[in-house]
Amino acid sequence: MSMDVIHYGIGRWLHILCGMMWVGLLYYFNFVQVEALKRAAADTPPGTAGIMRHVVPRALAWFRYASLATVALGFYLLAARAPDVLLFRVRAYVPIGIGAWLGLIMFFNVWVLIWPNQKKVLGLVSASDAEKARARRVAFLASRTNVMLSIPMLFFMVASGGMFRASIF
Amino acid sequence: MKNPLDSLWGTVIAGLLLTALLYALARSAMGG
Repeated sequence: MSMDVIHYGIGRWLHILCGMMWVGLLYYFNFVQVEALKRAAADTPPGTAGIMRHVVPRALAWFRYASLATVALGFYLLAARAPDVLLFRVRAYVPIGIGAWLGLIMFFNVWVLIWPNQKKVLGLVSASDAEKARARRVAFLASRTNVMLSIPMLFFMVASGGMFRASIF
Repeated sequence: MKNPLDSLWGTVIAGLLLTALLYALARSAMGG
């Protein structure tokens, strides 16, 4: 098996597999869980406890480590071309550069905005009710921002090998 | 003004608009 098959064949496959896990869970949170929690909170008695205790922490763990694996495999794919791609030094790499930057912003949102604030919401770190309410809002907006960014991110990831095809990515 | 990210469809539409904007930027950066 040649190094190219491992690098671009298996590497890309694993990158997309992890990306599906990451963005799939992101869409689960935004398209399913937010509304489900709202409805469960309105039940008598409120039915959110089971979701918050058994579903959310598990989904968040897969979500954030999938984001880590996706970004790590993205850098593995870019390898020595990473500076040219991320600094837009080669015209043919502009689409993948835009996709990579969108992915990196999403990764930042996961680890710096979503996860630390979700820890407060879930009670994994101590926080007052006011801090929890603020944490919930920040995590929500960061998550929604990631849904918004995922749309052009996926376009540029796919377009790099499709309509913009001019580079080996 | 309401934050479009508060609505799921507002978020999706914002994502589509951002895609169109970035596409135009990419085309121009690649020389049209």
